[in-house]
Amino acid sequence: MAYLTCKNLALGYEGQAVLSDISFEVNPGDYLCVVGENGSGKTTLMKTILGLHKPLSGTITFGDGLKQSEIGYLPQQTAVQRDFPATVREIVLSGCQALAGRRPFYSKEEKQMAARNLERMNLEEYASRCYRELSGGQQQRVLLARALCATRKMLILDEPVSGLDPKVTAEMYALIRRLNREDGISVMMITHDVSVALREATHVLHAGENVFFGTREDYLCSPLARRFLIQEGGASA
Amino acid sequence: MIDTLARYFQFPFVRYALIVGVLIALCSSLLGVTLVLRRFSFIGDGLSHVAFGAIAIAGVLHLAEARMLFVMPVTVLSAVLLLRTGKNTKIKGDSAVAMISVGAMALGYLIMNVFSTSTNLSGDVCSTLFGSMSILTLTKTEVWLCIGLSIAVLVIFVLFYNKLFAVTFDEDFARAAGMKVDAFNLMIAVVVAVIIVLAMNLVGSLLISALIVFPAMSAMRIYKSFRSVTICAAVVSVICAVTGILVSIVADTPVGSTIVAADIAAFLVFSLIAKIRK
Repeated sequence: MAYLTCKNLALGYEGQAVLSDISFEVNPGDYLCVVGENGSGKTTLMKTILGLHKPLSGTITFGDGLKQSEIGYLPQQTAVQRDFPATVREIVLSGCQALAGRRPFYSKEEKQMAARNLERMNLEEYASRCYRELSGGQQQRVLLARALCATRKMLILDEPVSGLDPKVTAEMYALIRRLNREDGISVMMITHDVSVALREATHVLHAGENVFFGTREDYLCSPLARRFLIQEGGASA
Repeated sequence: MIDTLARYFQFPFVRYALIVGVLIALCSSLLGVTLVLRRFSFIGDGLSHVAFGAIAIAGVLHLAEARMLFVMPVTVLSAVLLLRTGKNTKIKGDSAVAMISVGAMALGYLIMNVFSTSTNLSGDVCSTLFGSMSILTLTKTEVWLCIGLSIAVLVIFVLFYNKLFAVTFDEDFARAAGMKVDAFNLMIAVVVAVIIVLAMNLVGSLLISALIVFPAMSAMRIYKSFRSVTICAAVVSVICAVTGILVSIVADTPVGSTIVAADIAAFLVFSLIAKIRK
């Protein structure tokens, strides 16, 4: 059974649909890229899956032992966070909130898990550093470590490389690939970069007026991808 | 000078003032960190104006003894309303706060004028706005109420510290992790309302925001973890409150504005240290 199954989803605000007729699923081990133009409702889709918005219609079901609150989420950074006085350790530990539930304090296991995830993201030496003093790539790794505290099964990443330079971007993608291939964590990633989707993903969801969902290979052959790639190529040329 | 202080401390109302002052300064600074970081400091300002209006009505209704019991629920209710309207897309959060706070202020003054029973109206208004001497006229009941509520606020703060951090840093993430963020925000609003009503006795309604904003801003100049910022804000706030109260006794200045002056001085010192360190 799939971790996540979405059927005929329609999303939007105040009854106005931004996206409609979205159907797809995420299975254990999948790496799904969500592509589409800016403003096509990709972030809204993520937030709906996470339960932050209600869908206008359609269903979202979780299966295979995954609960909605067990998804690790890497959101786009907010203005508040960029100037936030907190250490890396404090932020990563806050990812254990779902585990802590109603308990007021974090348990020893949760603290150990935070420490392990710091290591996993090569952040041990920054544990006591202030978040706002880190580089963009380091900040993203901190947020990724926090997301890993919240999940063992599935990550949702919203434009994880926006604002990063090419070298750090490549490192970030390698890190995500490793989490997917070696640790078996399912990944659902929003990106506006179709070439990344074609390189990294196992499955692609193209959101927009025309919706596509399928494997990477099928997507490559679809007219949607070709049109998108030509546009992109034309823009960068 | 020490003689003067020792003489003053023989009066119970001076001791009450000091106890209450320390507790209020402590509570307001703790919540201040999260309010400042979430860009919510204006809510404190708005609620303090509402509390002013409520006090005016309480005065007209001759609730002198029990006025806290009237002002508290009204302010808490407004906090809940403000939070609700904050989410209403038709009336934006900041303009809702402006409307409610200015409205309460104007109506409060109007009511005080029309139904005034006092011979010294401007004195009453002034002490409600700037706190002047009202902290020295606290009754024993008010002191105990203040101590009880402060302890409640402290306990809530300690128990919810980790959740407070999670929500302050990233509301969406906390929500996705299954936290009941709306209920939590409501609790924060209620706690802030309680603190504001308590703080009116100390510094008056116009100066309450200073107690919320200044210690947090000072601490954020220098400290880099959420925990140290919180602790530092609390310490700075308490020291400024004690200094302010003592100075006001010795130099015969208004209590509220002296405390705020101490807070401003602390902020300047912290900013200077931060500059030098760079």
